Amino acid sequence: MIVAEQKPFAEIMEMLEGFQKILVLGCGTCVTVCFAGGAKEVEILSSLIRMDRKKKGQAVEIVERTLVRQCDPEYLQELSDSVGQFDAVLSMACGVGVNFLADKFSQAIVLPALNTRFMGVAEEHGVWSERCAGCGDCILDLTGGLCPVARCSKGLFNGPCGGSVHGKCEISRDVDCVWHLIYDRLKGLNRLDRLDEILPIKDWSVSPHGGPRKIVREDLKV
Amino acid sequence: MKSGSNLEKILTTGQFAVTSECGPPKGTSAQVIKRKGEILKSCCDALNITDNQTAIVRMSSLSGCVLLREMNLEPVMQMVVRDRNRIAIQSDILGAVALGVRNLLCLSGDHQKFGNHPQAKGVYDIDSIQLIQTVKRMRDEKKFMNGEDISGDVPLYIGAAANPFADPFEFRVRRLAKKVKAGVDFIQTQGIFDVEKFSRWMAMVRDEGLDQKVHILAGVIPIKSVGMARYMARNVAGISVPGEIVARMEAAKDAKEEGVKIAVEIIEQVKEIEGVHGAHIMAVAWEDIVPRIVQEAGLLPRPIV
Repeated sequence: MIVAEQKPFAEIMEMLEGFQKILVLGCGTCVTVCFAGGAKEVEILSSLIRMDRKKKGQAVEIVERTLVRQCDPEYLQELSDSVGQFDAVLSMACGVGVNFLADKFSQAIVLPALNTRFMGVAEEHGVWSERCAGCGDCILDLTGGLCPVARCSKGLFNGPCGGSVHGKCEISRDVDCVWHLIYDRLKGLNRLDRLDEILPIKDWSVSPHGGPRKIVREDLKV
Repeated sequence: MKSGSNLEKILTTGQFAVTSECGPPKGTSAQVIKRKGEILKSCCDALNITDNQTAIVRMSSLSGCVLLREMNLEPVMQMVVRDRNRIAIQSDILGAVALGVRNLLCLSGDHQKFGNHPQAKGVYDIDSIQLIQTVKRMRDEKKFMNGEDISGDVPLYIGAAANPFADPFEFRVRRLAKKVKAGVDFIQTQGIFDVEKFSRWMAMVRDEGLDQKVHILAGVIPIKSVGMARYMARNVAGISVPGEIVARMEAAKDAKEEGVKIAVEIIEQVKEIEGVHGAHIMAVAWEDIVPRIVQEAGLLPRPIV
């Protein structure tokens, strides 16, 4: 899923300065699952905004709403009649949702309440970590299913580098060296010979470096 | 000859090579490089110019190399893949050759998080092994990475690093084998304090026959103070300083003298290990001591080739 976390409250309040009628808009998928921008978080953040404004003696009118998804036109459409009445829409979706709102509603001021962090997993309750960088050309077949693009601090293709110590990365003793994990895993699978091959130079043109990406599936278009 | 460099001549004629390094300044003074070059010129066969080492912004490696060339000294240009994509890498290589650089050390580079611009975007378009492949292709096939022709020759002696003290230990020789497969000519190792572990690594290197395919220069870091010994033992990822060395530094009346003694002993020990073809002395901010260490290790005068 896409993992996000709420921006510092002061930053959100600064963004909202001067806006009175605000739609706080949650999203029902990834950010709900990672407790950053679902219906519950919409309710809490809205209360905090109201309290803060009250304390400062500034008026605010908040409408709380959570869409099934902010990354799908069919759900955004639900807003088309009402979005015009707000001074600002504070989206609690990931950056994708914020963008899509801005794409669809040219007259609306759209603000992000979250920092979108990564594509990752819930390791345990309250702990998420990155697994995929969306590089556009998956090489997990060559690396025992563990991704050096997303999980090696240097994105090396032929690691581990000389900074790998006791299974940890040179940047921090709290960061696993994914190349050490790859080594251990391939060893356990009796496939260490895979690491003797030099992984080819990557084609980054299919990653964000190649420009904004788009997929068109003619078989699915209506 | 692949490059015709002094270093290549020394190594290919079976002589024990000595290299050292010049760290460029955090500023614009050519004098800093020239002063270090002056100190090191009679005791080394080639001098590495580091490339924004530990991710701290300094004068560029290429300009340092040019300053050494002006003194008729031989540089080893260090190049990290942290700060350059494949376009800049290949472009800098062309320029380096045009300006007389004949040795290139291919490195990943310390992560930008360690440096003085930790907010920087790391490039890592290719990795150090892929850089070796790229330089070899430029030199041997006169082709860019994309297959297009290069006009002119690219005579470079290709170096890389190896760290016998990083983990997983059993993989370290396999990784060296990958660098050999990619086309590396010489290796400068991480600083050695644990000679016993280094010997074990070298035995594995010989078992794989890699000592016949690549020249290994043993890395030596002279320790200047007790504090430095302790710091390296505790804080530098990939450097292994045995407790015995720290204890020797602590017990010494004159820490600097003890540091020199340790460095000389390490050179003498690694010199006897089959497959070690040289020493690479990294005396960061203590270049003045290198001539004495080389002298006391019995490696002077340097051969003229």
